[in-house]
Formats: sequence, C-alpha cells, structure tokens
Amino acid sequence: MTDNNNITAKPRSKIRDVWDQFKSHKGALLGAIIFFSIVLLVMVGPFVWPFDANQIDIRSRNQGPSLLHPFGTDQLGRDTLARMMAGGRTSIAVGLAAMALSLFFGSFIGVTAGFYKRLDGVLMRFTDLFLSLPLLPLLLVMMLLFREPLSEAYGPERGMFVLIVVSIGITSWMPTARIVRADVLALKEREFVLAAKASGTSDTLIILRHIMPNVLSPIMVSATLGIANGIITESALSFLGLGFPPDFPTWGRLLNDAVDYLQQYPERVFWPGLAISLTVLSINYLGDGLRDALDPRMRKR
Amino acid sequence: MLTYIARRLLISIPTLIFISLVIFLLLNLAPNDPMAQVPLTVPPEVKQKMREALGLGQPLYIQFLKWLIQLFWIEPQVFIDYMFNTSFSEGKLRVISWQTRSPVMDIIVQRMPQTLWVVGMSYVVGILIAIPIGIYSAYKQYSVFDQVGTFVTMIGYSVPPFFTGVFVIVIFSVQLGWLPSIYDTTHSVVDWETFKIQLKQMVMPVMVLALQTTAMINRFMRATMLDNLNQDYVRTARAKGLSEWTVVMIHVLRNSMIPVITVIALNVPAIFGGAIITEQVFKVNGIGQQLIGAIYANDLPTVQTITFMFAVLIVLFNLLADIIYGILDPRIRYD
Repeated sequence: MTDNNNITAKPRSKIRDVWDQFKSHKGALLGAIIFFSIVLLVMVGPFVWPFDANQIDIRSRNQGPSLLHPFGTDQLGRDTLARMMAGGRTSIAVGLAAMALSLFFGSFIGVTAGFYKRLDGVLMRFTDLFLSLPLLPLLLVMMLLFREPLSEAYGPERGMFVLIVVSIGITSWMPTARIVRADVLALKEREFVLAAKASGTSDTLIILRHIMPNVLSPIMVSATLGIANGIITESALSFLGLGFPPDFPTWGRLLNDAVDYLQQYPERVFWPGLAISLTVLSINYLGDGLRDALDPRMRKR
Repeated sequence: MLTYIARRLLISIPTLIFISLVIFLLLNLAPNDPMAQVPLTVPPEVKQKMREALGLGQPLYIQFLKWLIQLFWIEPQVFIDYMFNTSFSEGKLRVISWQTRSPVMDIIVQRMPQTLWVVGMSYVVGILIAIPIGIYSAYKQYSVFDQVGTFVTMIGYSVPPFFTGVFVIVIFSVQLGWLPSIYDTTHSVVDWETFKIQLKQMVMPVMVLALQTTAMINRFMRATMLDNLNQDYVRTARAKGLSEWTVVMIHVLRNSMIPVITVIALNVPAIFGGAIITEQVFKVNGIGQQLIGAIYANDLPTVQTITFMFAVLIVLFNLLADIIYGILDPRIRYD
C-alpha cells in the first residue's frame, strides 16, 4: 500500500522540500519579506526620493515629521528619510561584505581542519585562541590604529569601509569554522567520499564537488547570522564614534548623532534604532526558519 | 578530577601569552606614532630621548618581555604589598598611563567596582529571569506563553544595547522623568533614601544589560529542557508515579542545567563587551569607559592593559566553565 503511494507520488526536489518547510514557519517568512523589503528600499529609495542625504537646507532645520519630510529633518536641515536610506545602504553593505569575508575564512579553515587530519589540531587550537580574544576591545583598537593610514590610502569613506569589513571579518569566522569542521568530519567517512577517493579524484576536487555542497546548509545559516552580526558591530562602532566619518551616514552614526539631541528631539533616536533592530530581528527569524528548513530531521514528511 | 583541572590550567597559560602577543603586536606594529602629538618645535634629539623614556627605543621582543614582566611579576607584587604591607615592589617600574602619568592598574582598580557592580547585578538579574521562563516555555511548548517568550527573546537578541539604552532613557528620563539618565558613581548608600536613589539609577543600566543575558540564557534553557523532556528517563519517572513537579524540577532541570551553566560562564566576557557600550550610554565611569577614553587619547599602555584584563576575564571564565562542566558531567573528564 505504502509502496504504491511512493511510486505514484510525484518526485520532490530538495529545494521544493526546503521551501515548503520554510513557508510553514510564519515568523521566518515574515522575516524574509521584511528583510528583502528593507534591502529593496535602501537600494532603490535614494534614486526615487527627491532629497539627497547630504543636501543641507539650514532654513528647514529641526523640523518634525511633515508630508515633505516624513521623518523630519536634522540640525542642518538634511532630510532624515534620505539619510536613513543612505545609512541603510552602508550598514547593509558592511553586513553583507563582512559576512562574505567571515564565511570565506570560516569555511576555508573549517573544511581544511575537517578534511586534513594533520592540520586539525593546529587549526582548532588557533580557532580556540581566536575565540578567547576580547573582540569588541580589539575591534576598537583596530579602528584607532588603522583608521588614518587606510583613509589616506583609499579615501576616508572607502578606507573606513575596508577597515570595518576586514576587522569584522577576521573576528567573526570562528563559529562557522567550528560548525563546518564538525560536518566535514562526519562527511569524510561517508561512502561517496570513499568512492571518489578510490576512483582517484584529487583532494581539491573532492572538497569542491562532494564536501562543499553538503556543508552548504550550515554555511547558509551562519551567513544569515553573520549579516546580523556585521550590522550590529558596525553600528556599535559608529555609535562609539569610532566608525565612519561624521558626515557619512550609517544607522549607528545617525543614532549617535541623535543622542546629542536627546533632550530636545527624543524622537530622532527612534528611526535609526528601529531600522537596526527591525533588520536584525528579521534576519534572525530568517536564519531560524532556514535552520529548520535545511535540517532534514525537522522537515515534515 | 585534579589532573583534568591541571590540564585545563596548563592550556590557559599559552592562551594568555598568545593573546598578550596579539594585543602587543597590534598596538606596536601599527603605523601610528605616540609622539605625533608633541609640538614640532621640540628638537628631534629631545623627541628621541622622550621615545627612549617611554621604552620605545628597544627592539620589539624586549619591549614585549618587559611588558610581560611588568604585568605578571611587578603588578602582583604591588598587590601583595598592598595586602600585607610588605615592600617587594619598591622602586620597580610599573605600567604607567600616558594620560595621567599614574600606574594603569591603580586606575583599573578604581574603575573596576562600578563595572563589576553594574555588570554583575545585571547578569544575576538576567539569569533569575531567564531560567524560570525557559523552564515554563519548554514545559508548555507552543503555548501562548511560549510564543510570547520566544518573541521577547528574539527581541532581546536582536535589539542592540545602544538602542535599548537610549530608548529607555527617552522614555523614563526624558518623557516621564522618573529615573536619572546618568549614573552617579560618587553616590554612597547610607540610609533608606539614598538606597532608593541608588536603586533608581541602577534600574536602567542593569535592565538593559539583563535583557541581553535573559535572551541568551532563556533560549538555551528552553532548548535543553525540550531535549530532556522527550527522553526515556522522564517517561520512567512519570510511570513510577512521581509528581509532575518532581519530574520537571528535579529530574529534567538537573540534567538541563549542565549546558546552561556552561553557557552562563562562557557568556560573561560577551557581557563585559556589552558593558563597554552600556557604560558609554549611561555614563558609568567603569573600565569600559576608561578604555574608550584611552583609545581617544592614544594612551597605549592603558589600552593594552585593559584589553588584556578583558582577555584574562575571558580565559578565567572559560576555565571555570570547563571545570564546572567536568564536575557536572563526569564523562567530560576523560576526553
């Protein structure tokens, strides 16, 4: 009876299964929708919106929300909505770039440690050492030390971007490396890897063809968490005044600027804070749903 | 057990040396000149003398070695002198701040209590909130309570402390005017009235930090409780006719606490990281604020020492987590 059912049932692709499970997680679906809307808004918004983020209009400074300026204006009359969109662009770009870098380091070290037994001990001790570094103080120190030389080399904004992305990247790869290593260790003993080895496939090819596709799901989950981590860290640095230069908007920077006007215009801290929180919250829900969807044990039949 | 602890202790020594090397190299190889602030009218010979006086003329490994000696040999002596009125450290060179020209350790000792008081209190509060919520959420999985709890946890996870901090200041200090937005560390508690003031100024920083702790620990507590609730021994315990309270609070809770306690110990350093930001928001003059101030003032010895203190805390709590784990779960000791 059951055999018959299996034969007549349509074959289901893995992607379809994952999508079905993902859809059933309402929070994850909502998170994905919110996150992609925010990304779309900050990417397309500046082209549509008539105000420029750095356009100073001193006569209309410190305005409250109006039809012309839905989020009001700041102390120099710059449109807050335009600044929010420009800031979001930077914050999300930093998050994505830092995530990509930390994933690259993390998967490289994880796969190498898992696949080559000789390197395992050394690389994992190395990972442990990195895990016991005080990350936020070190990030602050890196900002302090490399800010000027990089600003001179690449210009103040691009130099800072490179610095922040690289520093977040090299301080956040450790969890990915650990997870990937654990998965690779289990995969290495499976028959298909043995078969590939027996047929004379080179190690590089085994890793690229047989190992990597199978550790893609933990990497994707860490990717989502990596974006969230990147955005929060960048905002924290900007908030402490050690991030991007003052006239260059990012969400953390806008929040920092708004704190100075806390007594007079308390509503100003609200928008950037809400943007950071909403983005990170939606990414975390997205990651949660992805984790459930990519785990075959969680998937309903 | 003793060999296990000894092994863990031995591992933490190279870790500490590695960390101090990273901090040292980062600060000393970076292309930035501590003499940059000195006026141009000062002749180069004098500048060279100043450099030597700061210990910058020597090769890097000697600087590193001297720093290590100051940190691990002279500073403990100062501490012993202070405790027992001896004079081991007399005339020995200590780590001196470039900002205040006083020993860095003295400043840290002055600043530490504020940090420990706020951070420690928030951690305890966070744990006390998180554990019961985690237990109940797991016990009533997918109930309304659980859904709300998970959502609040997610918020605590996602909303950064520099927003929650500023947000509660806007509400409770600016709009309602109930609580002070600045933490006054000179305030001393002598009677009921001053105690109330102390309580008022502590509520916001402690709750902001506690929200993060709660989110982290609640998530873990719920997950491990769920794992354990479906185990066979729970069914056995119920079949024996034990009361539901005994089953959940004694059998399941005990087994679930093992990973949670590790997480509690391992997250202490992360909380200190959060404290840097919270101290900045509420103007608490703890070591986090000292670090930021030293970074702005280019005060390398202070930055080095405080960063290293953070590293020591991390290693210490990692060690503690390992040891607790070894005590709670005997299988770990023989890995």
